[in-house]
Amino acid sequence: MKNPLRDEASAFQVVLVTLGGALLVVLAAWVNTWLGLAVFVVLVGVALWAIRGGLRQHPPQAHVVHDGGPERRILVVANETVGGEELRALLGRKAEGVSEDVLLVCPALNSKLRTWTSDEDGARAAAQSRLDACLARLHSAGVAARGEIGDGDPLQALEDALRTFPADEIVVSTHPPGRSNWLEAGVVENARRRFDVPVTHVVVDLAAETAV
Amino acid sequence: MSAHAEAVGHEHHGPPPANRSSRLDPATLGMFLFIASEAMLFGAFFTVYFFVRVVNPDAPPTWPPPPYEFPVFVASVNTAILVTSSFTIHWATQAIKRGDRNGLRAGLVVTILLGAAFLLTQMVEYAHVGFNTSDGAFASVFFGLTGLHGAHVFVGLSLLTIAAVRSFRGHFSPEHHHGVEIPGIYWHFVDVMWIIVFFAVYVL
Repeated sequence: MKNPLRDEASAFQVVLVTLGGALLVVLAAWVNTWLGLAVFVVLVGVALWAIRGGLRQHPPQAHVVHDGGPERRILVVANETVGGEELRALLGRKAEGVSEDVLLVCPALNSKLRTWTSDEDGARAAAQSRLDACLARLHSAGVAARGEIGDGDPLQALEDALRTFPADEIVVSTHPPGRSNWLEAGVVENARRRFDVPVTHVVVDLAAETAV
Repeated sequence: MSAHAEAVGHEHHGPPPANRSSRLDPATLGMFLFIASEAMLFGAFFTVYFFVRVVNPDAPPTWPPPPYEFPVFVASVNTAILVTSSFTIHWATQAIKRGDRNGLRAGLVVTILLGAAFLLTQMVEYAHVGFNTSDGAFASVFFGLTGLHGAHVFVGLSLLTIAAVRSFRGHFSPEHHHGVEIPGIYWHFVDVMWIIVFFAVYVL
């Protein structure tokens, strides 16, 4: 959602749009009262659509510049599935026979209300706890991995990480379809569109792992 | 490590700026929440207005009921004054973002003068409107809505006066101008509410 009162310039645009909209409604109402009401309803709909991000441009594709080093850099983004067996197995396979450098990013997922009120200590602490546990298991499996807490938006967390970690490959770990909010939000597809780096999607079924 | 991610086709030197995501700083968030509560307050008054004018089975067929008339021309002039003041406060904030302190001061002073002119004109309008709150529900609604808005103009003027005094003391810079930006947001909100009040009460 885009906040129309984010700053003074945005608020000024709201003034101009309101003035234009009000003039349109009045002109339509002079022709016919019901036409004025219809124009009002349409304008309110357009305004709600714009507030919900209808006019927002998609971010440009991020181009990762590699320095040609010998290491294979793998950037992993995972949250609740960060300790999943499938993810660890995948990273273990990718690390075989090459010198790997794995950066594991755990987005600090938070509610919108807590994000808006900058109350993210709990989300960061929970993400840090999951990250520490997973890193310990990866190290014990012989995978050279390090980790960091990222933005609550997984795509933004990836872009932030890519600024300092030019990965050769991105791995997105999610719950199975139907249980994954990230899949619902199209995180994998959007990551493929947004970053010119191969993106691997790994599904971690924590429920099945627990049952076994 | 020299490599980094950057937008395709965009010249860039050095590390990119940190992303602030969709978060608001606490001061702006506070004003946003305040404005949200104010919008609800105005919403309550508009509900009363539309009830009295539209839903009420005893609503007069013409608005306002004869023989009373609203001073539409004076209100139109007042609307022009207030809309102009939005341009001047925008000019002031843009000026300080460029480091133009004189532009900031001039913009704030002109905005305050325009706001004061609006309030003065409204007081004169009240004195000559020819009815008062005892003349019917329409009059109560009229004074309630326009008076509520006038009170908000007064609050906005107070905030802008504080910002103006601070600007003359050299408090603001291109990097630090929250004290202008946030009253500016509030002033635009007051302007938007007046546009709605004007068209709903005087024109439609």
